[in-house]
Amino acid sequence: HFVSLIKKKLTFPWFGMDIGGTLVKLVYFEPKDITAEEEQEEVDNLKSIRRYLTSNIAYGKTGHRDVHLELQDLTLCGRTGNLHFIRFPTQDLPAFLQMARNKHFSSLHTTLCATGGGAYKFESDFRTMADLQLHKLDELDCLIRGVLYIDSVMSRGLSECYYFENPTDPDHCIQKPYTLENPYPLLLVNIGSGVSILAVYSENNYKRVTGTSLGGGTFLGLCCLLTGCSTFEEALKMASDGESTRVDKLVRDIYGGDYERFGLPGWAVASSFGNMMSKEKRESVSKEDLARATLVTITNNIGSITRMCALNENIERVVFVGNFLRVNTLSMKLLAYAMDYWSKGQLKALFLQHEGYFGAVGALLELLHPS
Amino acid sequence: MAECVGVDSNTSGHSMDKSITLPPDEIFRNLENAKRFAIDIGGSLTKLAYYSTVQHKVAKVRSFDTTAKEAPNDKLYEISVQEEVTARLHFIKFENAYIETCLDFIKDHLVNTETKVIKATGGGAHKFKELIEKKLGLNVDKEDEMTCLIKGCNFVLKNIPHEAFVYARHADSEFRFQTANPDIFPYLLVNIGSGVSIVKVESEDQFERIGGSSIGGGTFWGLGALLTKTKRFDELLQLASKGQHTNVDMLVKDIYGGSYGCLGLTGDLIASSFGKSATADKEFSKEDMAKSLLHMISNDIGQLACLYAKLHNLSRVYFGGFFIRGHPVTMHTITYSINFFTKGEVQALFLRHEGYLGAIGAFLKGAEEDNPNQYSWGENYAGSSGLMSVSPDMNPMQRARSGTFPFDMLEMDRLERQLVNLPLLQDPSSYIPDTVDLTEDALARDYWLYCFEDALDGVVKRAVASQPDIPEAVVRAEKFRQKYRHKLLTLRHQPFAYGSLTVRSLLDTREHCLNEFNFPDPYSKIKQRENDMALKHYQRTVESLDALSWEDRQFALVSGVLAGNVFDWGAKAVSDVLESDPGFGFEQAKRQLEERPWLVDTYDQWLQRLKGPAHKCALFFVDNSGVDIILGVMPFVRELLSRGTEVVLASNSGPALNDVTNGELQILTERIAAMDPVLQAGLQEDRLTLVQSGSSSPCLDLSRLDKVLAMVVRERQTDLVIIEGMGRAIHTNYYATLSCESLKMAVIKNSWLADRLGGKLFSVVFKYEVPLGKVHHNGATLMLS
Repeated sequence: HFVSLIKKKLTFPWFGMDIGGTLVKLVYFEPKDITAEEEQEEVDNLKSIRRYLTSNIAYGKTGHRDVHLELQDLTLCGRTGNLHFIRFPTQDLPAFLQMARNKHFSSLHTTLCATGGGAYKFESDFRTMADLQLHKLDELDCLIRGVLYIDSVMSRGLSECYYFENPTDPDHCIQKPYTLENPYPLLLVNIGSGVSILAVYSENNYKRVTGTSLGGGTFLGLCCLLTGCSTFEEALKMASDGESTRVDKLVRDIYGGDYERFGLPGWAVASSFGNMMSKEKRESVSKEDLARATLVTITNNIGSITRMCALNENIERVVFVGNFLRVNTLSMKLLAYAMDYWSKGQLKALFLQHEGYFGAVGALLELLHPS
Repeated sequence: MAECVGVDSNTSGHSMDKSITLPPDEIFRNLENAKRFAIDIGGSLTKLAYYSTVQHKVAKVRSFDTTAKEAPNDKLYEISVQEEVTARLHFIKFENAYIETCLDFIKDHLVNTETKVIKATGGGAHKFKELIEKKLGLNVDKEDEMTCLIKGCNFVLKNIPHEAFVYARHADSEFRFQTANPDIFPYLLVNIGSGVSIVKVESEDQFERIGGSSIGGGTFWGLGALLTKTKRFDELLQLASKGQHTNVDMLVKDIYGGSYGCLGLTGDLIASSFGKSATADKEFSKEDMAKSLLHMISNDIGQLACLYAKLHNLSRVYFGGFFIRGHPVTMHTITYSINFFTKGEVQALFLRHEGYLGAIGAFLKGAEEDNPNQYSWGENYAGSSGLMSVSPDMNPMQRARSGTFPFDMLEMDRLERQLVNLPLLQDPSSYIPDTVDLTEDALARDYWLYCFEDALDGVVKRAVASQPDIPEAVVRAEKFRQKYRHKLLTLRHQPFAYGSLTVRSLLDTREHCLNEFNFPDPYSKIKQRENDMALKHYQRTVESLDALSWEDRQFALVSGVLAGNVFDWGAKAVSDVLESDPGFGFEQAKRQLEERPWLVDTYDQWLQRLKGPAHKCALFFVDNSGVDIILGVMPFVRELLSRGTEVVLASNSGPALNDVTNGELQILTERIAAMDPVLQAGLQEDRLTLVQSGSSSPCLDLSRLDKVLAMVVRERQTDLVIIEGMGRAIHTNYYATLSCESLKMAVIKNSWLADRLGGKLFSVVFKYEVPLGKVHHNGATLMLS
């Protein structure tokens, strides 16, 4: 069925979807080279979907279009247009399906390429609630394909990839563009609700090295429990106003200074949340402090597992992606610092502008150029 | 990350308790002779170590002057009980709340010490420094925690055979003890205190902290206290053991609906710890959150440990620290995590005396001038508490918390002899002395525990009878009974308390308890009488053997060893006969033996082998005194010597049941040599040598033998090892593989065991083995072809 579809001319709309544990990521290609003839042929509901998506930046209460990430004048499959990046919480997927049903999405006979766990979990919901057939794709295949594609189209203008110069010097730590030429081998760390770490040797040759359950979901989950907040943005805001050293026990809290015998600096965290063993200290910390400590704990842990994987796989370049890093400069700088400091400058932490959307981009590419 | 203990002293939550009285008979034993002290004060527990000397009675034998004609009653030798002083290490663990009471007690009982210094380690050492100095008048000398920890770890791994274990919560036996590998290095120690330190240990003095993590016990405690409003670490663990993490964690199946097949990630795997608490506005139970937190931290530590083990190519990974310390919940989650991340390639190992490592290390630091590492040490089962119960809802120290003073003890005896491997072990690292592990075999465990319980009356009677002139022996014997019965009871409930439970450990524990109450050798008089009697028949026995044809003689010699081996006071079936019929004779014993073919019968191969060239040197581990050694073993030895084979006779260093000791054997051999020119020549030409095994057990551990024995064995190019008796050849070493020829001979004097092996009472095991690749051309080839 699918093969027969692509043999025909690809019908609009072109979507790529990544349904994760917390967020649904949707990329939408808006053709800008529509001929008058096409315009006439274009059915109403297709038009209305295009207008709805491109004229709004918020959809319902929880859907967002990341306008700053939009890629304009992109050529895909011989068509020119803009690529839009949209996200909404996975728990609002039913509302999305309802909308698809209301807008008679299924009558467009498009193929919906989807990846992420939700492509499997919600496959039957797509069918029963919106009469849509999903073409399911592996999330790691899509992720790598997406990263390589976006990097290749961006290098013509702005750089997709960047790093932090002077990561260990807070006063001179600045974001700098980075060219991902000859990117292999590289370690790709995808921080969503959980974390996957991939060693990538070429476009088609990669392996999942390991993963950890301490990821973005853990940060938000713990923050919700500890502070009563309810969104990622709220949690991040609190974290930026807090002080983790009131919550964590540092090396200097135990040894008075550096633990020289083992080369441990006094500022290093000896025990995350270690001060919270004491009742008095539990009573004196603020919600902001707790949010900050949670962020630092999760981020440093990802950093340390990543560093061990890089050593074991003998890879020096690490690319961090995933929505945990969205508007989260704090974590990015921490990761950059940790990679640099603990590897004595051997490891380089790299970041990408389109953080969490690569899976969805990969899914879209699969629609256009099935591998 | 950095610290080993470092739990804030103010988090312990205990207040000083001075009202409690200490049980002086049980705790701080031998304090009056205590010499060196060390203390390790952690977040909630204090571990005190001291070195002391123990005076106890030992039975010595002395030959009567043979030149003087007035040897009384024709006795072979005289038995005397002497006082002997041996060194012992004491380790006591108690809650910090009792520290002041304990210091007062020590001050009051410390008389003979000249010590000025106490070595201290642990996070709490600083807080209690002044108190210790004031109470004891000793200077507190602080030692680096990590160094102490590693030193202690090396010490227990080297000196306690079943120190390390694998934990398997749902297996038949929760604890699987590892055999002591003589080469303990290199290994990885993951110490989970409030943070995690990962240390690579390469030799006695060489170790490196290769990494760590800030997510450790303090994170569980601190974050757990915030989430659940529960203050105590133990209570948090209890909560965790009742919770369901799947209510809080986002699993793979919550994202995928099922498993993520192509990566082999099953649906039940945690994709995001606490992931569900980020999406739902509902309340979460304390139990569920504690469980989720426990999984999160255990998995994280397990993952990092695996990454470090892989990077440094290490397969032995030990876990310690207060997060682990005997808690089944954390041992289980760590084990699970290690299995998951290494797919079984690395095993999580735990240590029985993990809580004592710091104290042991601090003590060793202070005792360096005594060279404690030059000696071999052995756990005193009589004085050690063993691994306490680890039921999930009770902390080891809490269970004893009903009014009495809760404490835990470890005692290590300095052994007179340095112990090493038998150089002829095929593979020392895989050698397991014991044939049946009773921790894994519930049926066998029930039987043997019953058997030892049943035999206890007899042992008590024998102990009293051995000291007829001392009225208070009755009281001591009763104390012995209580102590040993208590040990048996403990072992019934916690078979793993002292490592693998085996017939050997049950026997050894009984010997330790007898020694504890000054019954150094309950069988000394019986042995003496039987030796006297047997000696009278020696010449006639040898003469009748000499009258036989070569082939008949070989069989008669083997039958003699086997018949002699029936004389065993350790076997109830036999001791009942011996008790009721003291005249039970050698010939009668021969008739009791099973007809050939025996239960295990390789006699034909042995006979073939004897037709070939003589062995260079035979090492013979002997068993009982009396008929066994004199009428069974000695004629056999005589034949070997006549063939041109050198013989090394290995006997126990100290007494155990009616086993012949090295001291007794010296005298016996001289006596026999006086009437037998073959043995006489053997002794004079140094072709017959007597060595001690280094052991005082009725069983035999070939990985812990006297260093001199090992040296002699090597020098003489020993090519045949003979092991005799049920204790040494069946309960232990039945499956031991040696790099030279070996002969295991025993009579099964226990109907239950006979039944298990498919035989009956007095069935014979005659097991002659030739290692692969060492085939002799004369005859022995036949059995292998």
